[in-house]
Amino acid sequence: MLLTISTTYPPATDLGYLLHKHPSRIQSFKLAFGQAHVYYPEAHAERCTAALLLDVDSVGLTRRPHGQFSENFALAQYVSDRPYVASSFLSVAIARVFSSALSGKCKEHPDLAETAIPLRAKLSILPCRGGEELLRRLFEPLGYIVEAERHALDAQFSDWGESRYFTVTLENTCRLSELLTHLYILMPVLDDEKHYWVDDAEIEKLSRRGNDWLAAHPEQESIVRRYLKHQQGLTRKALAQLREEDVQQTDEPIQQEAEAQVEERMGLNDVRLAAVTEVLKQCGAKRVLDLGCGEGKLLRRLLAEDQFEEIVGMDVSHRALKIARERLRHDRLPEKQKKRLRLFQGSLGYRDKRLVGYDAAVVVEVIEHLDLPRLSAFERVLFESACPRTVLLTTPNIEYNVKFENLQAGRFRHKDHRFEWTRDEFQSWATSISNRFGYTVMFHSIGPEHEDVGSPTQMAVFVREGREGKIT
Amino acid sequence: MIMQIPEPSLVLLIGPSGSGKSTFARKHFKPTEILSSDFCRGLVSDDETDQTVTKDAFEVLRFIAAKRLAAGKLTVVDATNVQADARKPLLALAREYHYLTVAIVFDMPTKLCQERNEARPDRDFKSYVIRQQRQQLRRSLRGLKREGFRNFIYVMSTSEAVESACVERQPLWTNRRDEQGPFDIIGDIHGCFDELVELLKELGYGISTQPSGEIVVEPPQGRKAVFVGDFVDRGPKVPEVLRLVMGMQKTGAAICVPGNHDVKLVRALRGKNVKQTHGLAESLSQLEKTPTEFKTQIAEFLDGLVSHYVLDDGKLVVAHAGMKAELQGRASGRVREFAMYGETTGETDEFGLPIRVNWADEYRGAAMVVYGHTPVAEPQWVNQTINIDTGCVFGGKLTALRYPEKELVSVPAHQTYYEPTKPLLDEVNELPSVKTQAYDDVLDINDVMGKRVISTRLHHNITIREENTITALETMSRFAVNPKWLIYLPPTMSPTETTNSPGLLEHPAEGFTYYRRQGISNVIWEEKHMGSRAVVVVCRDPETAKRRFGVIGDTLGICYTRTGRRFFEDAAIETELLRQVKEAIDNADYWKIFDTDWICLDCELMPWSVKAQELLRQQYAPVGTSARIALGEAVVSLEIAAERDIDVSHVLDDYRQRTEAVAEYVKAYQQYCWQVQSVADLKLAPFHLLATEGAVYFDKDHQWHMQMLTKLCQSSENDLLFATSCGVVDVTDDASQAEAIRLWEELTAQGGEGTVIKPLDFVVHGKRGLIQPAVKCRGREYLRIIYGPEYTLPQNLERLRSRGLSRKRALALREFALGVEALERFVRREPLSRVHECVFGILALESESVDPRL
Repeated sequence: MLLTISTTYPPATDLGYLLHKHPSRIQSFKLAFGQAHVYYPEAHAERCTAALLLDVDSVGLTRRPHGQFSENFALAQYVSDRPYVASSFLSVAIARVFSSALSGKCKEHPDLAETAIPLRAKLSILPCRGGEELLRRLFEPLGYIVEAERHALDAQFSDWGESRYFTVTLENTCRLSELLTHLYILMPVLDDEKHYWVDDAEIEKLSRRGNDWLAAHPEQESIVRRYLKHQQGLTRKALAQLREEDVQQTDEPIQQEAEAQVEERMGLNDVRLAAVTEVLKQCGAKRVLDLGCGEGKLLRRLLAEDQFEEIVGMDVSHRALKIARERLRHDRLPEKQKKRLRLFQGSLGYRDKRLVGYDAAVVVEVIEHLDLPRLSAFERVLFESACPRTVLLTTPNIEYNVKFENLQAGRFRHKDHRFEWTRDEFQSWATSISNRFGYTVMFHSIGPEHEDVGSPTQMAVFVREGREGKIT
Repeated sequence: MIMQIPEPSLVLLIGPSGSGKSTFARKHFKPTEILSSDFCRGLVSDDETDQTVTKDAFEVLRFIAAKRLAAGKLTVVDATNVQADARKPLLALAREYHYLTVAIVFDMPTKLCQERNEARPDRDFKSYVIRQQRQQLRRSLRGLKREGFRNFIYVMSTSEAVESACVERQPLWTNRRDEQGPFDIIGDIHGCFDELVELLKELGYGISTQPSGEIVVEPPQGRKAVFVGDFVDRGPKVPEVLRLVMGMQKTGAAICVPGNHDVKLVRALRGKNVKQTHGLAESLSQLEKTPTEFKTQIAEFLDGLVSHYVLDDGKLVVAHAGMKAELQGRASGRVREFAMYGETTGETDEFGLPIRVNWADEYRGAAMVVYGHTPVAEPQWVNQTINIDTGCVFGGKLTALRYPEKELVSVPAHQTYYEPTKPLLDEVNELPSVKTQAYDDVLDINDVMGKRVISTRLHHNITIREENTITALETMSRFAVNPKWLIYLPPTMSPTETTNSPGLLEHPAEGFTYYRRQGISNVIWEEKHMGSRAVVVVCRDPETAKRRFGVIGDTLGICYTRTGRRFFEDAAIETELLRQVKEAIDNADYWKIFDTDWICLDCELMPWSVKAQELLRQQYAPVGTSARIALGEAVVSLEIAAERDIDVSHVLDDYRQRTEAVAEYVKAYQQYCWQVQSVADLKLAPFHLLATEGAVYFDKDHQWHMQMLTKLCQSSENDLLFATSCGVVDVTDDASQAEAIRLWEELTAQGGEGTVIKPLDFVVHGKRGLIQPAVKCRGREYLRIIYGPEYTLPQNLERLRSRGLSRKRALALREFALGVEALERFVRREPLSRVHECVFGILALESESVDPRL
């Protein structure tokens, strides 16, 4: 990874003083993750260019004591772009190698360090998540003239498209320390990644290096969020500091699941969960199953209703359950509440004795995540083996998709959807199920109803036909 | 006194303290069979005499007893047991586990007991305690039979009697584990004598009529008939059937269990008031003409029949209406009732017939269960159980199951003798294959969750850790194909030991050395294609997919990845690929040669970019692009600096080398990518012919596999199938190895991934167990994709050389054994759950953390 910094401010060779590196030598520095070299490809009175060349030792980075491998151990660590791109590694290198310049100190020419001079920085490869647009939105408000050349993923396979890498030059008349600071903060922001653990110390860095310019930056929020690796708690705190506000202790907002993105404009998820909760209350259920409970949004609503004496959340994803447990603060609930709620991992593809004997089961936006050929197993698991008295089942109505402006035609609402059904398809499926397993079924619309295409979500409410007396 | 004690049973020793129970128990039973209340007191309190912990001690005792009863072990409870209240929970336990109970009573003189207690330093009873216990005992004596001890009550009242007593263990009547067959198990006959004779002849039984009119049946060498009951009612020749079967049982040519109709007939014959429905009237009117003596014989015969049998070392269970695992080989009213009627909900359906519970659906026992009772159109294997009542009397057929061959033999009914109450046959005929799989359709969460121990033929018991099953459950549920298709997953493969050859990490010589050290002389190398692993199952027609795999829909088979995902999102491509493979099989005449209508192949599918598109775009291409530009710019900049006479030479040299390495890296991955628009752009290289109907091919060596598959490739009319180059190497011969090494060098120089080295035999056991079935030896350029573009730089290579293979190799063996096990179970027609547990195990093991570069 190469960063070059040029100036034409006469005598240009004074850049050597500013950087505290002699223009006629190459100097090398050892770093924790490799080494950095500083040299000057050109150095004369009219124009002087300093180069910071960073070697990241990829093999050394990934070596661990024998036999120890981390949880998310993947090949990605070994075939990695980190040694080649401008990232947090380069920020650290700048802070180490150009520490005095970064903090605006210069023993020999203190006034020069305080002077705005014409500067030009070039980054050989800068990864930009958010593309050229974000690159410009970050640097242009700071007075830079931005030039960016985007690179293709692979010249031989043009259909693979563009990469997220740019060769970038930034021109500005400013103090050198400003340039270095902007790079220091904004490179990892564009890369949207950090090679080290982010904690409170990172907020301190941000406020120290960003105090004078970040507060007024129009992209302040996304800069802070990305710089703090999207950690919401840290981000809130940092933004509050920047805006000199008090930190509000609010409830951790539940992150929108990716699923909802298409639908979120109309707040469909809330409408859906409210509708499900209402029907569930009406049917008089006391012991209920939330099958495919995900991160526990519906569970939270159900917990708020005293009618439900026993609530079980099941999901196939262990991770989702962990999040649900955290969000519902399961281990901090009062004993009585805690007893009402049980969470466990399970799969709707496997018959499960733990699901037998409940008043009702809700299956909200789940079936469309199952492969069609595996639906038959799901049907038997739920309607034959678990056979709760009532089943509430929702799924998207594909007819409504044309109403979503942010959804490409012919696409499903979510990447993982294996199918989406029209109202006819859903109703004929649900009717055949109800006949086969001895249920009656009614259909409901959820969300704004449209004359031609119906409502965005369709719900079937199955009720087991009266054999209660006989079933034990 | 000789005490006959059924094995297993729950034996209660009953007597006051000091009456000699423990001494008696030690003399006649194994120490592990005895559960003593004193010992349990010791367990919970460190003091065997501490009476204050009695309650806890008995809880422990009952807990252990329950475990032993569940396991089917004879268990002796050594406690005073003098009060009915103390015996009650133990008797309840016995009932719960369908155990017989035995009472051995020590009705000793109070004085003797007191003397003995006084002689024991740790006993400090007041004398009234013993007196009281004795009184309680005496009060109990009369009621023991009613309490549930029935015929097994032994009372001793003198030391001499105790001294001379002798215990004889008797296996339960149901236990005929010594009978190892082979058997011909015959379904419900219902008086269909002619069909029975035909079937016996078909099975090779010699049938001759004596001058006396008696029919003598001569079984084929070593075989024996087993009848699942329901000999009588509905059909035309009930007396003839009974005469034949009774004769066969008498000569030892047959084993019989009773059916519900048989039992009902006995009651009628004994003059009980029985409703003459369901064909009983026909039996009675036919029997009317027979001599009274014959009727007495019939009643004795039918009365003497035992509810069910456990045969062949416990591998086979025969019962009229089936038998749950926990009831097999047990004795109780409920067991008998189950054997007779199966399990019912107590409700009746619209035809007035009892609604049955699908016990077979949930059956997970080890023994095969063969039964009848409910007529079906075709016998159906469900979880190791099969119902062979094919409704002969209703105009269906009479069926026999040959054991252990698992072959079905049937003769059609001559006519419909009796109209069925409900049109069952029609209903089944409508969708026979769907019905077949109906029970097997649904797997149980208990088949896969939690810590699992899977026993395999090749590699003993394999343990799957709970945290791995957690991960696998999600992968399996969300991404894997229908479990019915998932009959195999390929194992992971370890590389060769790390070589010291300059510039390389892997070299064939290391692979040859590994196998030589294992005592193997001949190995085979096969080209390792750089694509993605694919398992292909092809059926002859959609009907086979339905019948054999239980997959409904117009499909010829499937192509899935090493993690069980469907290979192609585009169904049209898969369909065409399967069609082309099927065509090659047609042309090679393999359906006939292997006598099969499906084939399972282990393959590599190219190009890599089909499956790895995401990986290429997210990882490989970005690294290539960024590296090329970053290093290129650095070199230019350093060269300019060099012109200024700055000594950057060492850095510049380094960067030039790195630039070259990166160029090689880009070339390496690009070779494995090409655009795919249709099947014409794909290459499928099969390298194992895994299985066909009734057979797996792990007993054939790799040369055989290569020959069979080369022929298959040659029979293809398209370019899809692609033969793999290979060669046999004698690892004790230098020239032979040198030639193989030369070929490897050539192959990898041209951009090939490398080779796989395998022992010639598919499965090899060495002195220390199973040997790696294959090791891979990857080329220098290919490994850039794995170890990073610049791994070949000397400073990198040196560090990378220290890599540990042991975890990877242990994993490879376990996955290999599980894969073989899965296929073998599928081919043996074991239940879906048994196949699935192996495949699930492999998927779970894949989440073990192992260096992914290996």
